Amino acid sequence: MDIRFLLNGEPVALTNVDATQTLLDWLRIDNQLTGTKEGCNEGDCGACTIILIDKEKSIRPLNSCILFLPQIDGKAVRTIEGIRKHKVQDKMVEFHGSQCGFCTPGFITSMVAANINGDRDHNTTLAGNLCRCTGYEPIVKAARASEDEKKPAWVEEDFKRLSDLPKSGSKELPKSKEELAEILKKEPNTQLIAGATDIGLWVNKDFQKFQNVAFLNQVSDFSNIEEQPEAWHIGAGTTIEKLRSWASDEAPSFAKLLKRYGSTQVRSAATLGGNIANGSPIGDSAPALIAMETELVLRHSKGQRKIKLENFFLDYKKQDINKGEFVEYFIIPKKNISTKCYKISKRFDQDISSVCGCFNIVLDDGLIKKCVIAFGGMAGIPKRAIHVENKLLDHLWEKEVLQSCRKTWGEDFSPLSDLRSSSEYRQTTAHNLLLRYYYETLGANTNVQDVEP
Amino acid sequence: MNKAVPHDSAKLHVTGAARYVDDIPIPARTLHLAFGLSTIAKGKIKSIDLSAVKEAPGVADIILSHDLPFKNDVAPNANDEPLLADLNVNFIGQPIFIVAAKSHTEARYAAKLAIIEYTEEKPVLSIKDAISLNSRFEDGPRIYQKGDILSAFKTSPMTLEGKLELGGQEHFYLEGQAAIASPQDDGEMVIYSSTQHPTEIQHKVAETLGLDMNLVKVEVRRMGGGFGGKESQGNALACACAIAAVRNNSTVKMRYDRDDDMKITGKRHDFQIEYTAGFDKLGNIKALDVKHYVRCGWSQDLSLPVADRAMLHADNCYHIPNFRVESHRLKTNTQSATAFRGFGGPQGMIGMESIIDHIAFTVGADPDAVRKRNFYTAEKKIKDGFKPQKSHYDMEIKDFIVHEMMEKLLEDCDYQTRKSKVKEWNRENKILKRGIAFNPVKFGISFTLTQLNQAGALVHIYNDGSVKINHGGTEMGQGLFQKVAQVAAHVFGIETNKVQITATDTAKVPNTSATAASSGSDLNGMAVKQACDIICARISSYFIDKYRPNTNDVKFKDGRIKGSNFDIAFEDAVHEIYTQRISLSSTGFYKTPDLQWDRIVGKGRPFYYFAYGTAVSEVVVDTLTGEFKLLRTDILHDAGKSLNPAIDIGQIEGGFIQGLGWLTTEELVWDEKGDLKTHAPSTYKIPCASDRPKIFNVRLFDNLNLENTIYKSKAVGEPPFMLGISVFLAIRDAISACGNNWPNLKAPATPENILKAIRYVDGT
Repeated sequence: MDIRFLLNGEPVALTNVDATQTLLDWLRIDNQLTGTKEGCNEGDCGACTIILIDKEKSIRPLNSCILFLPQIDGKAVRTIEGIRKHKVQDKMVEFHGSQCGFCTPGFITSMVAANINGDRDHNTTLAGNLCRCTGYEPIVKAARASEDEKKPAWVEEDFKRLSDLPKSGSKELPKSKEELAEILKKEPNTQLIAGATDIGLWVNKDFQKFQNVAFLNQVSDFSNIEEQPEAWHIGAGTTIEKLRSWASDEAPSFAKLLKRYGSTQVRSAATLGGNIANGSPIGDSAPALIAMETELVLRHSKGQRKIKLENFFLDYKKQDINKGEFVEYFIIPKKNISTKCYKISKRFDQDISSVCGCFNIVLDDGLIKKCVIAFGGMAGIPKRAIHVENKLLDHLWEKEVLQSCRKTWGEDFSPLSDLRSSSEYRQTTAHNLLLRYYYETLGANTNVQDVEP
Repeated sequence: MNKAVPHDSAKLHVTGAARYVDDIPIPARTLHLAFGLSTIAKGKIKSIDLSAVKEAPGVADIILSHDLPFKNDVAPNANDEPLLADLNVNFIGQPIFIVAAKSHTEARYAAKLAIIEYTEEKPVLSIKDAISLNSRFEDGPRIYQKGDILSAFKTSPMTLEGKLELGGQEHFYLEGQAAIASPQDDGEMVIYSSTQHPTEIQHKVAETLGLDMNLVKVEVRRMGGGFGGKESQGNALACACAIAAVRNNSTVKMRYDRDDDMKITGKRHDFQIEYTAGFDKLGNIKALDVKHYVRCGWSQDLSLPVADRAMLHADNCYHIPNFRVESHRLKTNTQSATAFRGFGGPQGMIGMESIIDHIAFTVGADPDAVRKRNFYTAEKKIKDGFKPQKSHYDMEIKDFIVHEMMEKLLEDCDYQTRKSKVKEWNRENKILKRGIAFNPVKFGISFTLTQLNQAGALVHIYNDGSVKINHGGTEMGQGLFQKVAQVAAHVFGIETNKVQITATDTAKVPNTSATAASSGSDLNGMAVKQACDIICARISSYFIDKYRPNTNDVKFKDGRIKGSNFDIAFEDAVHEIYTQRISLSSTGFYKTPDLQWDRIVGKGRPFYYFAYGTAVSEVVVDTLTGEFKLLRTDILHDAGKSLNPAIDIGQIEGGFIQGLGWLTTEELVWDEKGDLKTHAPSTYKIPCASDRPKIFNVRLFDNLNLENTIYKSKAVGEPPFMLGISVFLAIRDAISACGNNWPNLKAPATPENILKAIRYVDGT
């Protein structure tokens, strides 16, 4: 396929590109731009971070190792070589923020992107950049010391040049939902690619090849968040980062969970639709959305179909999606957005949950009048704890009542033991998260992250 | 000297201009390699079908063990590690064949297509299995001992027994293993390798190609992190590239994809430590019997010296009159565990720190009071005439400064007040418990294989006054090159930016030791200083001659060379020396004095001196889930008279966080078949930015090395790693607030392991 983009300000037109060639390989191998490094080839270390600028004026740090060339069509790429001279670079030298230096270009690009966006939560913006030498202290100091830096001139230059960039018009880059539905009608086995944060690994690590592909990032009206009287409608193409920013106003507990979903780089690429459609048993958005009684709208060339999200997951990696269908949008009832979300993982940031528990519990005069509990990591699919819910419903929100469920979890879940945790730990923790919620409602200190030294 | 100047490559790092092996421009027709790996942990190869590999796109060559014309061995010394398995397979991830292809991705893809049949045997995986099958290196355990533990136990008022399980650790250098082999017209092989040990690469490549060492040249400008993981683990890549380069008469490159890197290469040794302690009711230790069970993996690699160093640090800071350490080096069908920052020291030390806490818990004393009671005699007292005490390996401990460091640190971080606040919090809070702990570090500096404590250097002054230096040390981010440049600049009295640092090169300085054991600046700084001193002596002697009788002393300062009746700019003086046909170039050489060590008997002086450190960490633990957060860490560390305080503080902060990772988030998991399930950063979690303590104070202890090291500085690479132990002790302190039992906490302290310990402590 043919694509056009800006590389460090200069227009590039490529013809016949392999749809799953990564930007990182293209930069390093085809262009000798070796400042961008490969650390893990799976989007977990951030050494390959570049800045992607688009016409909508978003400025995102992304992992170029899991970014396919067609995803940057019509956009502007800034690599470490195109940063020119930025204050974070001087401050990194001044504060001794590099030792071996291998992760440094990725840190610089992440820091510059955050700096331009005015994002000052440095622990969060840097959670996707691993450094094995410094222990991060001098890097965060450098980020802080650069906060007052002005926006670099090349940002406006790129915006301006982007508006002059001609469209490439490749058929693998549908521009509308109708076009996408047509592609799927003609070729139902087309592999849809949105953020590629999962598919990037299928290609890089498992060498998967696809006969037909369609990239979703140019589909219009696909990443809208719309407010309806009773519900929020979230487009399937909404990135997790955009969802998080929405949730931080509307659904604070969900927002806290989403902050720990991958890293800034991953959240800026990954979409909600992708996370759900791939049916991962440990994807963090699913249990939260199930607990929120979210509905899912699937689209087909002939029309739409609406189902409850909890019914979408049939079995391990098996979803209720027909040939020719794609996930169009989600309906989250407003009454459920205060659902409590908890995540347990070995590392706080950028880790996959061993257990993710979400509780939509409504009390009325001390009685549990509504109870929807969903978990990730407890079964082959994200799943509700129906037996526990039934045991709690219409009972008092009291410790004894909650404790009486201790054994009930086993009726809902028989989790696996794997590298993340044992079955026994998962079972115990599921119950203890319910207790955490209870103690939280009593006003007890329950979150280690909130404790001040 | 002693200035906090930035890393010499800092500006290259932040612009992406710093070049690593994979960034070196290569000829268009370069071949790329990947290993085909074993998929079983133990057995014999029955058949290998490579037809699909051959037909895969881009494949140019396939190499099996029988294609190797000379030695099939990449072991650092024991000759027990074939580059390619011939018949026996010893772990999942062992290289069996090499594929050469036109691209890195094509080589990786093709390597997965082989069909290999095996006769499977039952693998030895766990420490328990290895003990029961007596699967080990060496004929039996090594034992170091002093005094008479049997009678001391009999007279000890109290005794206790305990056990500590410690996981391993993946290095996770951000730059994976990589090498390039470039054949020259005259039969020489030039190797670019990401290695801490260029001479060993040279040696192993020469063996593989059947060449003399003078036909192999190895160059290393910088590594993207090493941490011990590039001391021996780069041999396989360099040898594979060299052999493929000869066969195909082509430049050949190999770099491991991250998953391959983690599946193939060795890691930190996991340990099981068992102990029996005899003590009085105040916690004075009378007798100690410690057993180390060390999981070494399938080949010996550096396991013997690693396990030795663990034994040598089993006392940490404490004088124990009757002491026995027994060390079992167990052979298992897993990756061959290798060097990793601390080199066994961390495992030995955390064992001792746990014993102290366990004793304090048993007698109901403050653990820090028990620490103080058992400390070695202070350096100050020895200066006042007290007799130094001897360690369990018969070395006099003369430079022990932890008393003062501890006192200062505890005062600076308001330890006692915070300790009572922790108790108060724990009385008031049911769900979240706090813990606080102090830990001291005493780390022995020198290679325990005495012959390795030598270094060479090559220094040139060009006739315009610019200086070029070279030495045997390698740069992996630790700032060695900058420190050594500071030494040269100081001797010549010029600015550091006049000193050009060059890539480590076996053609310039031969027969080097690995940059390891924290020894880089001690050894290479001294070797460079000696070379500079030789040149200075020539310059001085010329000017003394010229300006006699008024001048009998020449000074090199502020870019000038001065005597009592002359004062010349350095560059002019140098030019004059050149015109007088006096050499402005010299080699330098250094060997650490006064070392004497017998590792079998376990007696002597293995270390030139000790580097010390102290840390206090405070944590909060969630008793419902086992999650924890590190709230605050205060460190006071001894770098002697620091050569570069900025670089040293960087080593301390980074070492501490790496130690924190080892003991908390970093968990290696193998399945029941011996397959490593945590082989990428998605599943193996090194600390990230938010894991560092909310408050993090790091200071250097103002101190001069007792011994005559380079400008009285001390080595700083490894010792701070062990300050991370304070976090583990603090977590255990928090757990012990949950009940009455001794918290038998396993490392790493993952949420699951913490919750398990809590449930044991509170009796649920």
